[in-house]
Amino acid sequence: MLELFWTFFKIGLFTFGGGYAMIAQVKETIVEKKQWMTEDELVQMLAIAESTPGPIAINMATYVGYKRKGVLGSALATCGVVLPSLVIIYVISLFLDAFMRFQPVAWAFTGIKCAVAFLILRAGYGLFKKLPRKVLPMSMFVVVMGIMLALELFSVSFSSVFLILAGGLIGIVVYGIMGAKKGAVK
Amino acid sequence: MIYLTLFLEFFKMGLFTFGGGYAMIPLIEETVLKYGWLETVGFSEMLGVCESTPGPVAINMATYIGSVQGGFLGSIVATVGVVLPSFIIILLIAAVLKNFTDHPIFKGFVRGVQPVVIGLILSTGVILFAKALGYVSLTEFNPDWISVIILGLLIGIYWLALKVFKKKLSAIQLILISAGLGLGVCGAQALIV
Repeated sequence: MLELFWTFFKIGLFTFGGGYAMIAQVKETIVEKKQWMTEDELVQMLAIAESTPGPIAINMATYVGYKRKGVLGSALATCGVVLPSLVIIYVISLFLDAFMRFQPVAWAFTGIKCAVAFLILRAGYGLFKKLPRKVLPMSMFVVVMGIMLALELFSVSFSSVFLILAGGLIGIVVYGIMGAKKGAVK
Repeated sequence: MIYLTLFLEFFKMGLFTFGGGYAMIPLIEETVLKYGWLETVGFSEMLGVCESTPGPVAINMATYIGSVQGGFLGSIVATVGVVLPSFIIILLIAAVLKNFTDHPIFKGFVRGVQPVVIGLILSTGVILFAKALGYVSLTEFNPDWISVIILGLLIGIYWLALKVFKKKLSAIQLILISAGLGLGVCGAQALIV
C-alpha cells in the first residue's frame, strides 16, 4: 500500500513538463522495474487515460492504483502523484509576488513569457500534425480557430466548454451513430 | 464563497479537459479572466512557473491559483476539484464499465472533441504570441521590441538545436534559456538607457 503511494510520489516529483513526460517514467517504473503491469496493459491504460477527461498523470495513477489495491490503492496513488506538485507550487506561490519585485526576476519573466507562448504553439502544432487530414476534422478545427480568434479580437467572453461539447456531439452523430449504421450494412 | 467557487470551477475544468495539461490552458485562462484571478503575477508568468516545476501542469496551475485566491486551503480545494472528475471516471471505467471506451458512441465523442481541443490550444498559443509581441486590442498595438528580440533569439536557438545538433529542446530547457535571454536583453537595455 505504502509502496504504491511512494512510487507515485517519486513519479510526481521527478517528472518535468506534464503528463506526456510521465508516460516514460511510468513505463520504466511500473512495467519494467516493479512489473505491476505488462506492456499490453500499459498501452490499454494509456488509451483510456488519453480518451477520458482530466490530466493524464492522474488518470494513470488512479488506474494503476485501482488495479493493484482497489479503491484505497487508487486514492493513495493519486495522492502520491499530486503531493509533490502541491507542496512545491504552494511554497512558490507564497514568494512569487515578492520575488517579482526584484528587477532581474521581472526581466527573466519577460523572456519566460515568450517561451510559454512558443511552447503552447509547439504543443498545439504537434497535435495538429496528428489530426487526420479529412474534411470534417479539418473544418471543425478551422471553425474553432476562427471562433476563438474572433472572440479575442472583439473581446467577447464565451466558455469553450460549449465548443468541446458541440464537437463531441458532432462526433457522436457522425462517427458513433452513422459509423455504426455503415458497419451494420456491411 | 471563494472555496466553493474554486472547487466548482476546477472540477469543471477537470471534467472538460480532454488530452492532458495543455488542453486545460485555454479553459484556465478563460476562468482566470472571468473572475479576475491572478492580478499581480500574470497568466503567462504562472504558466512559466508551472511548466518548469515538477509534476502535472494541470495540478500545478490549480495549486497556484488556489493558493493565490484562498491560501493553503484554497490550493487544496482547487487541486482536489481538478483531480476528482478524473478519479471518479477512471474508477468507474476500471471497476464497472470495462468496455465503455470501446463503445462507438464514446469513441465518436472522443474523435469529435479532438479537433476542437487542438483548435483551442493553437488559438491560445497564437493569442499569447500576439500579446507577447505587443497586441492589446483590435485598435491598439504597441510593439514590444524587447519581446520581439527575445522571441527571435529563442526561435533561432531552438531551430539551431534542432537542425544542427539534432536535439529537440525540452520545455524546461526552453524556459531556462528564455529566462537567460530576458535577463540579458532587458539588462542590456537598462545599461544603455
